[in-house]
Amino acid sequence: MIKIAKYVMYDILRNRFVMLYTVFLLVVTLSMFSLDNDPGKATLSLLNIILLVVPLVSIIFTTIHFFNSYEFIELLLAQPVNRKTIFFAEFIAIAFALSCAFVIGVALPMLLINFTDSTLYLVLAGLLLTFVFVALAFGASVSTRDKAKAIGVTLLFWFYFTLIYDGLILYVIYSFSDYPLEKVTLALVSLNPIDLARIIILLKLDLSALMGYTGAFYKNFFGSSLGITYSLLLLVAWTLVPLILAMRKFVRKDI
Amino acid sequence: MIKVNDLSKRFGRLEVLKSVSLDFHTSKSYAMIGPNGSGKTTLIKCILGMVLPDSGEIKVADKSIANDWTYRHQIGYMPQIGRYPDQMKIGQLFEMIRDLRGDASNLDEELIKEFRLNQMKDKRLHTLSGGTRQKVSAALAFLFNPRILILDEPTAGLDPIAVETLKAKILLEKNKERLFLITSHIMSDLDELSSHVIYLEEGKVLFNDSLDLLKEETREVKLGRAIATIMKRNLTQTLTA
Repeated sequence: MIKIAKYVMYDILRNRFVMLYTVFLLVVTLSMFSLDNDPGKATLSLLNIILLVVPLVSIIFTTIHFFNSYEFIELLLAQPVNRKTIFFAEFIAIAFALSCAFVIGVALPMLLINFTDSTLYLVLAGLLLTFVFVALAFGASVSTRDKAKAIGVTLLFWFYFTLIYDGLILYVIYSFSDYPLEKVTLALVSLNPIDLARIIILLKLDLSALMGYTGAFYKNFFGSSLGITYSLLLLVAWTLVPLILAMRKFVRKDI
Repeated sequence: MIKVNDLSKRFGRLEVLKSVSLDFHTSKSYAMIGPNGSGKTTLIKCILGMVLPDSGEIKVADKSIANDWTYRHQIGYMPQIGRYPDQMKIGQLFEMIRDLRGDASNLDEELIKEFRLNQMKDKRLHTLSGGTRQKVSAALAFLFNPRILILDEPTAGLDPIAVETLKAKILLEKNKERLFLITSHIMSDLDELSSHVIYLEEGKVLFNDSLDLLKEETREVKLGRAIATIMKRNLTQTLTA
């Protein structure tokens, strides 16, 4: 598996996209910290950008890469190689490349400028988000033969989790405001990986009041450390479930 | 060596293979003939495990290939259209496949030499012409001395010299206890290379026997005319039925 992943990595590094992504993250991180003197505020602004950009880049890059490596997959399938091995090698290579970009672009400068606990969690949340959206993009890519359709579906995922889902939650809270909704909103938040990542940082930064009602309740319900562990575990589940579903589909796919 | 048992496959509403049963034996070479879209490539892809059949079973060396991948050590495959990672160089491609297959001893590099692929090993694969790609595919298929060789339209797109080189190679290897499965639309090539003929139409096997018998039955000397006779016979049968 590592052998194949190595060749996929080689292919990814040949195209400059990952390098551009790294530079972009680096510029954003450095500018956030030079614009704002309060590191807490800077981390928060950075968080908002990361929550938008990381899922978008992960999902688009994975889909495009998957379809571009169709020839490679075809070639390997005629050789004595297990399909599962090919699938996981592709996943590992892409997730690793994007994670490297994130670590170099965000984690490294933050470690140099100001290192706190929240830095660590920001990096962790960013990496987990990368995995989640790479896995989701694999799910969409193996389900169709059409590149444009797959990109469309993955973009829909992104819109859904960044914009539509928040709207839906607000709508639910607003229309059922006469009822006790704490546990319901808690469950609803668990269904959105981006919200989970946000919660991790906000709990850590002790800014949960900024999240209003749900945040305060979340903090109250879990306390910081339990809430963070819960969110982290859910993010791992958000990676594994789509990944395994995609793998099962890939194993039965006609190439 | 390869046993195909009651194989069926449909793509959506299109039935590509309709309960195909075939037996392939070592030391023979099979020509698979049929109109475009008759299911030849699909059958090959089923044998390679790239396309999974809806029903039926394929056995290679008495072992079912479902959920197995090790049997592909015994197969060399030359695809109809060789598609390779764009950015890779010819040399890297050969190195990678060698690395992945692991069976590095006993390599057959004759075609690499004959096609002079070593001189172009720094060329990137997306810059190659269709013919050169075919040469790369052919060299890869023969490289590991496989016992089964599946060639999907091997001579299409090759220049006349390369065609002769490849044909000579196939004839040479035929004597070495190998199983050849060749599809082509060039009857004269198949006439030279094969000992058996399988005629496929609309996903059904209509003829499966030795080349000599086919010629005898249709009273023709050339494979092309013999096949044409069979096709005409089928046509009149369906028209009268």
